[in-house]
Amino acid sequence: MGYNVKAFCYQDSARRAHSIAAQGGINAAKNYQNDGDSTYRLFYDTVKGGDYRAREANVYRLAEVSANIIDQCVAQGVPFARDYGGLLDNRSFGGVQVSRTFYARGQTGQQLLLGAYSALMRQVGKGAVQMFDRHEMLDVVVVDGKARGIIARNLVTGEIERHGAHAVLICTGGYGNVFFLSTNAMGCNVTAAWKAHKRGAFFGNPCYTQIHPTCIPVSGTHQSKLTLMSESLRNDGRIWVPAKLEDAKAIREGKKKGSDIAEADRDYYLERRYPAFGNLVPRDVASRAAKERCDAGFGVNQTGEAVYLDFGAAIERYGKLEANVKKIENPSKEKITELGTAVVSEKYGNLFDMYENIVGENPYLHAMKIYPAVHYTMGGLWVDYNLQTTVPGLFCLGEANFSDHGANRLGASALMQGLADGYFVIPYTVGDYLADDIRTGPIDTKRPEFEAAEKEIKGRIEHLLTNKGSKPVDDFHRRLGKVMWDKCGMARNAQGLQEAIAEIRQIREEFWKDVRVTGKAGEFNQELEKAGRVADFLELGELMCMDALNRNESCGGHFREEYQTPEGEALRDDANFAYVAAWEWTGDAGKANLHKEPLTFEEVKLTQRSYK
Amino acid sequence: MGNMKLNLKIWRQTGPNAKGQMKDYPVNDVSPDMSFLEMLDVLNDNLVRKNEDPIAFDHDCREGICGMCSLFINGEAHGPARGITTCQLHMRRFKDGDTIHVEPWRAQPFPVIKDLATDRGAFDRIQAAGGFVSINTSGNLVDGNALPIPKDDADKAFDAATCIGCGACVATCPNGSAMLFVAAKVSQLSLLPQGRPEAKRRALAMVEQMDKEGFGNCSNTGACEIECPKQISLEHIARLNREYLVATVTKE
Repeated sequence: MGYNVKAFCYQDSARRAHSIAAQGGINAAKNYQNDGDSTYRLFYDTVKGGDYRAREANVYRLAEVSANIIDQCVAQGVPFARDYGGLLDNRSFGGVQVSRTFYARGQTGQQLLLGAYSALMRQVGKGAVQMFDRHEMLDVVVVDGKARGIIARNLVTGEIERHGAHAVLICTGGYGNVFFLSTNAMGCNVTAAWKAHKRGAFFGNPCYTQIHPTCIPVSGTHQSKLTLMSESLRNDGRIWVPAKLEDAKAIREGKKKGSDIAEADRDYYLERRYPAFGNLVPRDVASRAAKERCDAGFGVNQTGEAVYLDFGAAIERYGKLEANVKKIENPSKEKITELGTAVVSEKYGNLFDMYENIVGENPYLHAMKIYPAVHYTMGGLWVDYNLQTTVPGLFCLGEANFSDHGANRLGASALMQGLADGYFVIPYTVGDYLADDIRTGPIDTKRPEFEAAEKEIKGRIEHLLTNKGSKPVDDFHRRLGKVMWDKCGMARNAQGLQEAIAEIRQIREEFWKDVRVTGKAGEFNQELEKAGRVADFLELGELMCMDALNRNESCGGHFREEYQTPEGEALRDDANFAYVAAWEWTGDAGKANLHKEPLTFEEVKLTQRSYK
Repeated sequence: MGNMKLNLKIWRQTGPNAKGQMKDYPVNDVSPDMSFLEMLDVLNDNLVRKNEDPIAFDHDCREGICGMCSLFINGEAHGPARGITTCQLHMRRFKDGDTIHVEPWRAQPFPVIKDLATDRGAFDRIQAAGGFVSINTSGNLVDGNALPIPKDDADKAFDAATCIGCGACVATCPNGSAMLFVAAKVSQLSLLPQGRPEAKRRALAMVEQMDKEGFGNCSNTGACEIECPKQISLEHIARLNREYLVATVTKE
C-alpha cells in the first residue's frame, strides 16, 4: 500500500513466528462440502463457541472475510490438502457440525505462515519493508497521546534502539507462557503487549485462557514445554477412561494396560455426556470433562492426570472400508488392522510420529494418553472495531488482541483470525488513522519521550544484571506458573484467586530482590531476555487473577467453581457480566481500573450453551 | 531405565570474531525422558547457580516445526535420530556414560553469534530474492477452487514445502551447499500452477543469491537428504536443476 514499514521479531527469522506450530487447520465459510455452511453459520458457531462473550460485529466480519483468506493463500502457493478431483479438501473440528476446516496435513499453520512470510520477504526484497529480526520491542513511545514509535533491543549486540513511526502494530501473539508450561513456543511472551498496556492501552478479558484438551501429559520436573496433539485427532479418536476405579488404579500401578479393559468397562465420557457432539465438543468442555474424570480418580498414568485417546475403533472402521474398496472378501482381523492403520497414518502420520518420539510408545498399538494444557489466550489488548487500542495509533492484531473469540476459541479459528486481521482488516483501518497524519513529518527520535523510555529500560536492565541475586530466572517463572495453573487454570474459585494474588505479589517481590542474571547488557544474553519477559508475566499474572475474581460467573474457558449448573456446566450470568472487562493500568499491578464495554447481541439469542 | 551420567563436550565461543574451543561439562542425573534441549536447560540452570555464563543456543517451539534449533551432535546435524530436529531428540537415544560432542552449524555463510547460535540470515535473503508468488493481498482473487490441482502435484509440493529452514542441509554438506533449501522452495512453487508464471525468474534469482551468500556447490553426496529433519528428497534438487537449466537456456 506504499507504506514504509519496519518489522520486528525476536526470532532469527520471521519464518519462525509461533503461528507455525498450528496443526489442525483454518476455518472458512466456503460451503464446498455443501453441508449447509454459510457466513452466518460460521458467525453463529463462533459467537456460541465463545460462550456469548465476543463482540458480534467483529465476529461477523471475521466470518465474512474467512473465504477470502483461503483464496489469498491458494494464490500464494500454499499447498492445502486436495481431493482426487484436485479440489480443496475439508475436515471437521470441535464445536461445529459442518466440515469447513481447510488443512495441510498436520502442518497447516506452518504452510500459512510460510505463505505470509514469503509475501513479507517479497516486500523486503523490494525495500518496502525493513526487517529487524533478533530484536525485541521493550516499549512503545507515546507522544502527545499518540503512539509514535518503539524502543527495541538488538538481541545480538544488546544495543537499545529507537524507532519512530506514525503508527505501531502489535502482532505478538498470546501470553500462555505465564503458566510456564504451555504449548506455546519457549520465547512467546507478553512483553510488547504489556508495555503497551502500561502506556495506556487497556487489557481486555485477561482471565480468558484456553486449556487445550489433547496434549501430551507432563512427564517430569525437567519439562520445559507441553506438546499439543492436534484437535483434528478428535475426528477419529475416541476419548475414554476406565469405568471402574479399580481398573484405573491397576493401570496407574502398571498392573494393567488400556487394551486389557473390556469395551463394556470403558467410559467414553464425552459421548456419554454430549451425545450430539460426542468427542467433538469445544475445547473448554472437553478439557473440563477430562479434569472431572481425573479428579474423580479415573486418570490413567502415574500422576493420575491423563485420559486415553483411542484410535482402535477408527482403525477397524477404516480397515473395513478399505477392504470393501479393495474388494477383499472376509478380510482377517490382522488385514483390517493393517489397512486401517495405513489410513490413519495417511491422515495423522506426523502427529503419531511426534507422539511416539516424545513418549516412547507406539500409538498405533497403544491408545495415546493425553491431558489438557494451556494453549491459547482469548484475552489481550482491548481494541475497537478498527483494531485500534485505547492509545491512538497503536493497533493490535491476532492473538495479542481480545477481539473475536469471546471466552473460548473454537478449533481452527486462530489462523483464521490472525490472517483476517492482517490481510483484510488492518489494511483498511490503518489508512483511516494515517489519513489525519498526512502532514506529520518523520518522527524525531531525539524527543524527550524517547529519551525517557530508553533511560527507563536501561535502568531496569542494569538492575537485573547487578542486583547480585541467587536464583535463576526460571525458578521464579516455574513458581508463578504453578500458582497460575493451580489457582487460575481450568477451574477457579474466589478463595484460590485471592491466595494467588498474594502469592504472585510475593514472588514478584522476591524476583526483583533475588533474581540472578548472568552476563552483560551489551551482548547476546538469553538469560537477560528471559528475565525481562518473566518480570512482565509477574505483573500480568496478578491482573489475570483479578479479572477472574471479578467475573462472578462461568463462561467458556473461565470456570468459576461457585457458578455451575447441576450437571457441572458453565453457568453464565448475562444480566451482570455480558461485558468485556477492559483494565486500565494505574501504576500498580494490583490497582488496575476496570472499564466495562457492554456486549449487545442483535442477531444471536443468548442461551445456555448445549452440546448435548 | 535409570538416570544417566554423561560427559558433554560443548563448543564455547564468546562472539563472532572470538576464537572458540570445546569445553567439558560432566552432567549427572539425566532422565531418559528429557529432550536434548531440556538436558541443556538443566546444565544451564546449574551454570547460572555457579555464576558461570550459560551456553547460548537457539530454540523456540520445541516441537520440531519452527526450525530455530540446530546443533551438530556427535558429528550429525540434529543428532543421531532421523527425521527430527534437536528439540525432538530425547535422551533415551543415549547411554549412561556416553560422551557427547555438541557443536554449532559450521558453514561460512552461517557465522557463529555466540556458542551454539549462528546467524542464518542468508536464508532470508535467498527467500527475498525470489521465494514467493508475486501477488498482492486483495479480497477479490479467484476462488480457491477455480483451478483444480492434481492431488499428486499438491502432495509433492507439500512435501517440498515442509522445509523448516533450519540449515541442517548446509551444515551437513561437505561443500556447505544450500541446494536442498533452495530446491525445496523452487520445487514447491514450480509444482503449483500459481507459481509457474515466474518459475524461471525465481530459479535464476534464488540461485544467484545463494551463490552470492557464499554457499558451496552441490556435488550430489546426498548427505543433506539424510540429515534433513523433514526428510526432503534429493529429487527436489533434480527439479531445481531442470528449472534452472531451462531458465538459463531460454533466458532473453
